[in-house]
Amino acid sequence: MTTPLLISGGRLVDPSQGLDAVGDLLLVDGKVAAIGGQIAGPDGAQRFEAKGLVVAPGFIDVHVHLREPGREEVETVATGAHAAVAGGFTAVCAMPNTKPVTDNQATVGFVKRQGEAAGFARVYPYGAITVGQMGETLAEFGEMVAAGAVAVSDDGKPVENSHIMRTALEYAQTFGIPVVEHCEVMALAHGGAMHEGTVSARLGLKGIPGEAEEIDVIRCILLAKLTKGHIHLCHLSTKGSVDLVRWGKDQGVNVTAEVCSHHISLTHEAVEGYNTNAKMNPPLRTAEDVAALQQGLKDGTIDLLVTDHAPHHYDEKEREFADAPNGIVGLETALGVNVTWLVERGVLTIPQLVDRMSTLPAKVFHLPGGSLMTGRLGDVTIFDPTRRWTVDPAQFKSKGRNTPYGGQSLTGQAVCTIVGGRLVHQLSR
Amino acid sequence: MTILGKDLLGLAGLSREQVTAILDVAEPLRAISERAIKKVPTLRGMTVVNLFFEPSTRTRISFEFAEKRMSADTVNVATAASSVSKGETLVDTARNLEAMRIDMVVIRHPHSGAARFLAERIESNVINAGDGTHEHPTQGLLDLLTLREKLGGLEGKRICIVGDVLHSRVARSNIWGLKAMGAQVAVCGPRSLLPGAIRELGVEVFDRIETAIEWADALNILRLQLERMQLGYIPSLREYNRIFGVSRARLERAPRDLVILHPGPMNRGVEIDSDVADGPHSVILEQVTNGVAVRMAVLYLLAGNAPALADAAKGATA
Repeated sequence: MTTPLLISGGRLVDPSQGLDAVGDLLLVDGKVAAIGGQIAGPDGAQRFEAKGLVVAPGFIDVHVHLREPGREEVETVATGAHAAVAGGFTAVCAMPNTKPVTDNQATVGFVKRQGEAAGFARVYPYGAITVGQMGETLAEFGEMVAAGAVAVSDDGKPVENSHIMRTALEYAQTFGIPVVEHCEVMALAHGGAMHEGTVSARLGLKGIPGEAEEIDVIRCILLAKLTKGHIHLCHLSTKGSVDLVRWGKDQGVNVTAEVCSHHISLTHEAVEGYNTNAKMNPPLRTAEDVAALQQGLKDGTIDLLVTDHAPHHYDEKEREFADAPNGIVGLETALGVNVTWLVERGVLTIPQLVDRMSTLPAKVFHLPGGSLMTGRLGDVTIFDPTRRWTVDPAQFKSKGRNTPYGGQSLTGQAVCTIVGGRLVHQLSR
Repeated sequence: MTILGKDLLGLAGLSREQVTAILDVAEPLRAISERAIKKVPTLRGMTVVNLFFEPSTRTRISFEFAEKRMSADTVNVATAASSVSKGETLVDTARNLEAMRIDMVVIRHPHSGAARFLAERIESNVINAGDGTHEHPTQGLLDLLTLREKLGGLEGKRICIVGDVLHSRVARSNIWGLKAMGAQVAVCGPRSLLPGAIRELGVEVFDRIETAIEWADALNILRLQLERMQLGYIPSLREYNRIFGVSRARLERAPRDLVILHPGPMNRGVEIDSDVADGPHSVILEQVTNGVAVRMAVLYLLAGNAPALADAAKGATA
């Protein structure tokens, strides 16, 4: 039983109930007990003065890699979940490309228990779509869901066999979970290290054309149309993908999509100098793509923001570009990047940002949270939307330091992260 | 800091003055190789490591001659490229070399960006002897030196690079070097072997070798690696030769005599016919001779010697 917590005087932003007003929030027994206006807290309640800060339903990142089991020297569920709350996230969905692959109920249960034991952000495991992520045999969705899986994905690679993808979309409906696809046509992307364009031509690096993603995007949309299943498309990176998802939604297909903070802020120019911290899959693309992704997020074509948090050991990135692994850490920079590139530049309002970082992730993945209505989970992110800070990777709670934002000045930072009514992170100011 | 800075990693970003300085230094140094005693003391006491992660005969030998004729102490390290699964990483190799107190590293590596990676991590001068499909600056420079001589200057001259531009570090170094010197650059080859963004690099594209020959003052014919066919970039070497091969018959229809370059090694009968390679307009062996001179010039300049003294340096004998 946690002490009641009264958060007073903050700007309450909760898109789930159309709320954007200054007022108080009371959490009792890990749940929202009252919201709005002035609330007289019960005796003995812990008090937090939130004047000038935004009080929002806790952020949810549906796309992170926590590396456990198998690569605990790179990240563990505990360090990843700690990084999450430091960045303002109260829940994360852990991708199943672990070693061994999280493709069975035992491993799903293990990841979930590790999350509970750590006591930071809630950790919702993914299960793999296919056994060993080999793309051949469906994994046991039913048992994995019973053990706590909230979705299935072979993220890191696509499910190339369209029959398997079709079956996955059908079978997943039995359990009401989304099928989450990493969109990539391997034959087109093979050996590629960055976006195919002017920069790759100049640097002599093999490129990955946008079409390698888009062909899989439209394939998945068509299979979702066929099966009436729910397809969720990972980390869209091109204008073409946005256009295709827009078409799919217009057709009434059950398609949802996400975009990473780095894809709405950086372009392939960041690779100049063979910067391995700008190497990820899908790769950073052109300014035109960035603009289209921002627009897609604004008009709702893209539902939500994610990090694709992908920690690597520092010496794994300290090598020749083509040999360096893909991915960057993102949990502790996402809010700052999103506020800096989306809110400050007028793409999204603060309520729209909260919607894409909390309300919609909860809705799309059928997760608790994402709302501060009375009786809902007491998961709250309190952030300062105007605070300027400088990214210092050495201060990360994540074991990963691989970020392209090191040394950059960002606006917007989590001040206080509350999970189940319990204060699990507070910014030292 | 020298006129070139610490390293020579590529010709991209070099100014006309810098390129001219290298070529102007190379010219007098060429005389050293023509003498009975082919040695000057300019780099005496300096240690140069030739670090080759990829098989190479001519580039390595050319660098070694350049170093030895300038009296540097040289060590050749030939090794398989570092791989993720085994062996020492490039960064470890770099640190080990540095610990042995060396002055310069000449690096050849199968990965684009490897030379720069090394240069950012060691204090020694680094010369890129070819990194992946990125750049091969000394090859570009020796092409420029040869062309400058044969064409009587580079400003406004038309040079067409023929063949597998997509995978060619020689092509990229040529494009940057030639453009810096005010030449017009075109490429000609099957579209599957040209980068999609090639025009954005500021070059013209010809689909027909006949058009290229009509347009150009010189052709730089790239080696067609035989594995391109196996990887599906072109259907056959036979068809490549029939459509893009530079033959005497094709050259005879040119409105002017063309200078013919090839970085070697040649696939005779594929990208270039023997009667062209051995013909009167081929400067392929002069390229090789100029290669040593250009590499001497780069070593000379990176070692901090004044460009203006190059003429005097050639006079000094060991």
